[in-house]
Amino acid sequence: MSAVMTIFRREFAGYFASPVAYVFLVIFLIMQGLFTFYLGSFYEREQADLVSFFTYQPWLYLFLMPSIAMRLWSEDRRSGTFELLLTLPIPTRSVVAGKYLAALAFAGLALALTFPIWITVNWLGSPDNGVILTGYLGSLLMAAAYLAIGAAMSAITKNQVVAFILAVTVCFLFLVAGLPMVLDVVSAWAPKALVLAVANLSFLSHFESLQKGVVTLGDIVYFVAVIVFWLWVNRIVIESKREAG
Amino acid sequence: MADVLLEARNLSKHFGDLKAVDGISLTVKKGEVLGFLGPNGAGKTTTMKMLTGFLAPTGGSAYICGELVTSENEKARARVGYLPEGAPSYGEMTPRNFLKFIANTHNITGREAEDVVESAATAVNLENVMNQRIETLSKGFKRRVGLAAAILHAPDVLILDEPTDGLDPNQKHEVRRLIEAMSVDRAIIISTHILEEVDALCHRAVIINRGTVVADGKPSELRSRSKYKNAVTMLVPEENAEKAAAALKQIKLVGGVEAAREGELMRLTILARGGGEIADTIGDIAAVSNWQVTQFTVDPGRLDDVFRQLTERDI
Repeated sequence: MSAVMTIFRREFAGYFASPVAYVFLVIFLIMQGLFTFYLGSFYEREQADLVSFFTYQPWLYLFLMPSIAMRLWSEDRRSGTFELLLTLPIPTRSVVAGKYLAALAFAGLALALTFPIWITVNWLGSPDNGVILTGYLGSLLMAAAYLAIGAAMSAITKNQVVAFILAVTVCFLFLVAGLPMVLDVVSAWAPKALVLAVANLSFLSHFESLQKGVVTLGDIVYFVAVIVFWLWVNRIVIESKREAG
Repeated sequence: MADVLLEARNLSKHFGDLKAVDGISLTVKKGEVLGFLGPNGAGKTTTMKMLTGFLAPTGGSAYICGELVTSENEKARARVGYLPEGAPSYGEMTPRNFLKFIANTHNITGREAEDVVESAATAVNLENVMNQRIETLSKGFKRRVGLAAAILHAPDVLILDEPTDGLDPNQKHEVRRLIEAMSVDRAIIISTHILEEVDALCHRAVIINRGTVVADGKPSELRSRSKYKNAVTMLVPEENAEKAAAALKQIKLVGGVEAAREGELMRLTILARGGGEIADTIGDIAAVSNWQVTQFTVDPGRLDDVFRQLTERDI
């Protein structure tokens, strides 16, 4: 556990070693604001809830989470510290976990900094704070899933830009799996069970119920399974990249 | 064999059809500094990566203090200090934070971590740059940061991949002194293609070529394999050179004479046939022949010559 913490601390501090972290936080908050107030019509809806805040997050995260995760491994592979890390007396799984948790903590911080919207909605009306809480939980789970994909993609390449593009692509597939444009293609030939399986892979459908305040075991298990799967992929990719340096 | 801290048994590593390392065996004892020599691409770095558990060998095995080295066995890795090729470190960190991070990964924390960081930094003369970002440091300092990271947990085995590569002569000297000082109760293996390094600090040298060991012995033993063993070098004025060379070639013990211009003078290198003792004979002749000899030296044999002889590819 202490090994995970050691890696975590270094990685998390690494985000703030350059202005990029602050730039990211500012962009995230501005974009989040634009989505909420313009696309989400926060005022016009005249509802004391954060539906307009959460609705566009899956799309916002599609680009922002890969940009948090892209440096996790590719930077180490480019600079040679990859070899240093893997020859230290810590298990590879601890390095994988430490790096991932650092990215997650950074995303969590960004999400926590949206608290003014929560204050605003409480000031303007009396929302159901339980629903808002599950919305935030769902949002964090979704971010965690995106980051797990991003971390695995980052291990594949030494180039951060390539890592970013790969991550956006894979995340996009997971995001749109439940939309008609994908399901129509699949349902034309596949059996019903497969169509259902593909639809169930979608981040959107699982996030939707959480942001409405419905916590089901299925949704939680889904996100946890996606995260565990991609961390496992991450580990496999790292083992295979030893030879490539 | 209690003293053997590092052992490789028949290590090999194949990348597809390429046999980067092909059956290397070696042992390093406590107190020994082993020079690991070979031309670029001979398999030095690959071997070191296997010794530290970064790469899994295709065949054979490595042991550190009796522990089998694998990518899973942290116990073996805990007893090794490793300086990877190019001394990688995190550029955005300061040496102090970087070294503390390394200390923490070795389960050294708190007050104790600060102490080991300070003493490692002092050992490599980093005190003045401890709070600068590593990316702003010169190459020499970066290398020293890497060295400090390798030694701070007082490992039993040190594996240093080209520790002096890219340093200026003064820095090289310092790093060598440091390695010498640390060698007392450790096993150290350094890879290099700089031959003076071997003379300066190695107790034993292993030369590899194309993935296999081609020589293993004390530097003096290796050197004596050279055709320059017991060769005599002397400077004579140009006008006497030809005469002298002709006369020397007549001697039975002489295998050949090489001449090279050095300003007004000629440098004659007289090779001993079969590496025999010829210095006395040549000295006597030179004294009576009145060739105006200046600088008379006997060659112990040249490592670079042996190195070339063993590793040059047949063309």
